[in-house]
Order: sequence, then C-alpha cells, then structure tokens
Amino acid sequence: MIIHGFGWHEFVFLLWGIPWTIGLTLIACIVGGAIGFAMAVARISRNRVLLIISVIYIQVIQGTPVLLLLFLVYYFLALYGINVQPLLAASVAMSLFGSAYFADIWRGALQSVSRHQWEAGESLALPPATTFFSIILPQAIRIAIPPTVGFIVQIVKNSSAASIIGFVELTRAGQLMNNLTFQPFQVFLSVAAIYFVICYPISWASRILEKRMQHA
Amino acid sequence: MPEVLAKDVKKSYGALEVLKGISATVETGEVLALIGRSGSGKSTFLRCLNGLVQIDSGSIEIAGHAVQADARKLRELRRDVGMVFQSFNLFPHLSAAENVMLAPRKVLRMSKPQAWEVADRVLHLVGLDDKANAMPDQLSGGQQQRVAIARSLAMSPKVMLFDEVTSALDPELTGEVLAVLEKLASEGTTMVLVTHEMAFARRIANHVIFMHQGVIREQGKPDAVLGAPKSPELQQFLASALK
Repeated sequence: MIIHGFGWHEFVFLLWGIPWTIGLTLIACIVGGAIGFAMAVARISRNRVLLIISVIYIQVIQGTPVLLLLFLVYYFLALYGINVQPLLAASVAMSLFGSAYFADIWRGALQSVSRHQWEAGESLALPPATTFFSIILPQAIRIAIPPTVGFIVQIVKNSSAASIIGFVELTRAGQLMNNLTFQPFQVFLSVAAIYFVICYPISWASRILEKRMQHA
Repeated sequence: MPEVLAKDVKKSYGALEVLKGISATVETGEVLALIGRSGSGKSTFLRCLNGLVQIDSGSIEIAGHAVQADARKLRELRRDVGMVFQSFNLFPHLSAAENVMLAPRKVLRMSKPQAWEVADRVLHLVGLDDKANAMPDQLSGGQQQRVAIARSLAMSPKVMLFDEVTSALDPELTGEVLAVLEKLASEGTTMVLVTHEMAFARRIANHVIFMHQGVIREQGKPDAVLGAPKSPELQQFLASALK
C-alpha cells in the first residue's frame, strides 16, 4: 500500500540528512586528522617502537572495510555495557578510517621533503622539533593539500556506511524514505544528486589546488 | 691548539670501508682543501667533522668541541661549525633573509631586529644586499649558494665546512661563489673545503690533502701537492681534473 508519493516534502526529508553526513565527515577529518598526524610523525620517526605501532595501525585499518569498522566499534562498545549512540559509534569508526589514510598521505608528504633539508637544519644547530615545524612541515603541507582534499571526498562518500548501524545520515534517510514511498529510483537518484552537490565543490577545490601547486 | 684535529678516523658502511684512518690538522685561520676522485671518502670525512656522519673509531675535535654521538653536544658543536652543501639546501618556503635569520632566531634566541641586522651584514658580505626578500626559486644557482653561505655565516662560526659548493653550478656561476670563499679565507676564516677546483685550491689553501680509496695518499703545501705530484694516483687525478 503506497501511502506517500515522492514529492517535495519527501525530498526535504532527505535534505535533513545533509548536516549529519557533513557533520560526520567533519568529525572524521578533525579527530581522524589529529590521530593521522600523530601516526604520520610516528611513521617517519627513528623510534622503532613508534614506527612499528604506526605501521601496524595504518595497515590494519586500511585493510579493514569501513562497514566492518562500524560493526566492530558498535558491538565492541556495546559489549562493555556502553549504550552506544549511533553517532558516537559512527564518529569513532569514521575517525579510525580517516586517520589511517591521512597518516599515509601525510607520511608520504613528509618523506617527499628532501632529507637534505633535515641535514641543513641539523647543520645550523636547530633542534629536531624546530627543523620539523619550521622547515619540513611547511613544505610537506603544500605537497599534502591536494591529496588531502581529495581524500575528504572519500570520507563523505564512505560516511554512507554509517547507515548500517542506524545512523540517520543521507543514505539512511534515503532508505527510510524508500520504505515509505517504494520509489527507489526517485529516492536514490535524489540521494546521489545530493552527494554530488556536496562532493563536487571539494573535488573541484582539490583540482584547483593541485594546479596551483604545479605552478608554484 | 688547532681549530680542527682529526685522529685516525675510520668509517665503514657495511663491508665497505670508506675511511681507513684519516688524520688531519687545521690551525686557526687556515684553509684545508680535500681533493680526490668521487668515492675517495673526502665528502664523508668532511661530514664527519660536524657529526652528520658518525665515525666508527678515532677522534675529532673541532672549534673546541669533541665530536660525539650525544645530540645535545652535537648541536653545541654545530653552533660553531658552519656547513655549506653542494645542493645549496636553502629552505624553499622562506625568503633569503628568512633563511639567514632562522638559526639566529631559533638557536641564538635573537630578537627579530637583531637577526635582521645579522642578515643584513652577511647578505652584504656575499654581495646580495638587494636580494633579501627574494625567494630561493627567484635566485640563480650562484646566488642561492651565496645565500647558503650567508646563512651559515649568520651563526658566526669558528670553522666553515664547504662540500663541493660549486659542483652543482654552471661554469659561469662558479666564479661568484669562489670569490666569496676567497674573501672569507683572506679575512682569516678557518675553512675545510672539498673541491674539484684545482686552481682555486692552489690559490687559497694552506694545506692540501689528496684522498684515494679512503686513505690520505698525498698531502702538503698546495704548490708541492698540486704542482709536483709524486704518486701515480695523484698524477692521474690531476691530469683528468685539468681536462
């Protein structure tokens, strides 16, 4: 029995998923970015323990599907009696996901700064931290911006996996609306269009930044 | 007390013995030139002098510091020992003046105006007064290398190390860099330089060391070593260097 058609009101309901998708992406970027930065630094450090930890961390998380990360976080936290809000579980899982890729992107950027730059810093009697923050990092950031922005698009799209644990973001909103209307083409094409509207400007920015880097 | 005193320095990379017992002395205000084929160990030895390469055995004293593994001690040493590289290694995101000011600001804790004064002085010394605000990629190779020299001089080092500083330059640009080195030498800067510029070495060095396969094959006054080489290796080397 079809109660609703897919009309304006139904479309507006989908739009309510946008802030959750964007919010989840932001959390993954900020929290995942912080962890990813720490892991990137550990990954290039001379400390063997830190190095090994970061390598394992990056490999394990990159080797795990986002969907599985979500399940694991959701049920793992529940196991310890924590009443997991889908938002919390989704935030943790997406942050883990983001951190492993950020770590890898930034590790690459840090390592692509010539080791001669480290030597030049050392030879000027600069402490390693000063060399890192004043010399290496500014150069690495320039290199890292285009791929980082590009990866944020991946986070936006992968955040759709959070629908599986009942987190009502864009994709979940689409599922709910489809259950109500049984008009999957209209619903999911709308959802896809909304993703495109979110992602396209980011991709575009990434391309512009890349071009600008080449000219600089 | 000499400014540089290296005794029986040895260094291996795995099975490859790069330095097989190098000893050298440089008195204050003197210039030592290290020459030899690539792979002879001369650059490695130079890099040992400021601890960029850690030695396996022997001892090095430079500018009143013993070279040792401790990172903090090494930093103290490097305040007094400047180094200039073949590939300039300027910081590409900083202007010429900022390149020069970084270490005085961060290591010597100078105020910005103080550091500016220093930058002004050393950039003037290398003839680049007007390039203070230029970014490295706006400078020619010769100018970049002169900024790199100024950057080292800004720390008022007691000893300067130069690692083939003209090898990456077009021939027409080497002159301006060599002129700066010559000026420094004439002002009594203690210097150790690895170079392929034989005529230049002969002109400014007090002492020349010819290295061959990790040992000192010949050494002495420049006129004697470069003018009347005794060993067949040096004769061959000089013949090929003059081509």
